[in-house]
Amino acid sequence: MVAQNIFFYVIAAGMVAAAVAVVTTRNVVRAALYLIAVFAGVAAQFILLAAEFVAVTQVLIYIGAIMVLMLFGIMLTRGRIGRDVDMTNDHWWVGLGTALLLAAVMAYSLVNRWGDDALPADRQVNSVGGSNTATVSDSIFSQYLIPFEIVSVLLLAALVGAIVIARKDR
Amino acid sequence: MDDLMLNQFLLLAAILFSIGVYGVIARKNTVMVLMSIELILNAVNINLLTFGAANRDVAGAVFALFVIAVAAAEVGVGLAMVLIIYRNRQSVDLDDVDSMRG
Repeated sequence: MVAQNIFFYVIAAGMVAAAVAVVTTRNVVRAALYLIAVFAGVAAQFILLAAEFVAVTQVLIYIGAIMVLMLFGIMLTRGRIGRDVDMTNDHWWVGLGTALLLAAVMAYSLVNRWGDDALPADRQVNSVGGSNTATVSDSIFSQYLIPFEIVSVLLLAALVGAIVIARKDR
Repeated sequence: MDDLMLNQFLLLAAILFSIGVYGVIARKNTVMVLMSIELILNAVNINLLTFGAANRDVAGAVFALFVIAVAAAEVGVGLAMVLIIYRNRQSVDLDDVDSMRG
C-alpha cells in the first residue's frame, strides 16, 4: 500500500509537470510529446485503480491513434517544424485566473466532501470471481449494449464526416 | 496514509482539468486547443474510474471507454476542420478565424 502511494505521487508529479509543459511550451511538436507523457501517466493511474482494460485501451487509442493523428495535423498545418514566436494569446491571464479559480473551488469542495475516504483495498468490481476485464465485457454486451452500438454508429459518422470535410475535390 | 485515498485521484483530476481549461483559453494554435481538450477528457476519465473503484461499480470503466471512443471521433472531425481552415486561410491561428465575431 505504501508502494502504491509512492508510485501514485511520483507519477502524478510527472503528469502535472508534463501537462503544464503542454500548455506553456512554444513548440507544437514538443507539446504533443509532453501530451504523450501525460497519457502514459493516466494509463498508469488506471492500473492503480485496477482498471487494466481501460489502461490498455488508453495506451492503444490515445498514445497509438490520437497522438499520431495530432502529429499529422501539426505536420499538415505547419510548413516548418520548430519554435513559433507566439503561441499564447494576449489574454492568457484571463485563462490563468479562470483555471486557478476553478482549481480552488474544485479542491475545496472535494476536500470538504471526501475528506479522508479511502478506496477499497482490492478494488475488484466483479462478483463472480473473474477479472475486472471480464466484468467490463459482460456489462458492455448486456447492460450497456445500446450505448455501445450508438457509439459505433457515432464513430462511423465521424469517420465519414472527417473524410467529407477534409477532401480536396469540391 | 497507508491506503490510497479517494481524494488524491480526484484532486489530480481537478488539477489536470484546470490546466486543460487554461490551455483552451490561452492558446492561439488550434491544434494546441485540441490537445488541451484531450487533457480535460483524460481528467474526466480519471474521475469516472475513481468513483467506479470507490463504489465497486463497473459503470465507471464502461463510460470511460465510451469517453475514449467519443474523444477519438472528436479528434478526427476536429483535425479535419483544422485542415480545411488551414487550406482556406493559410493559418491555424484562432485570432485569424474571427469572421463570426459579433
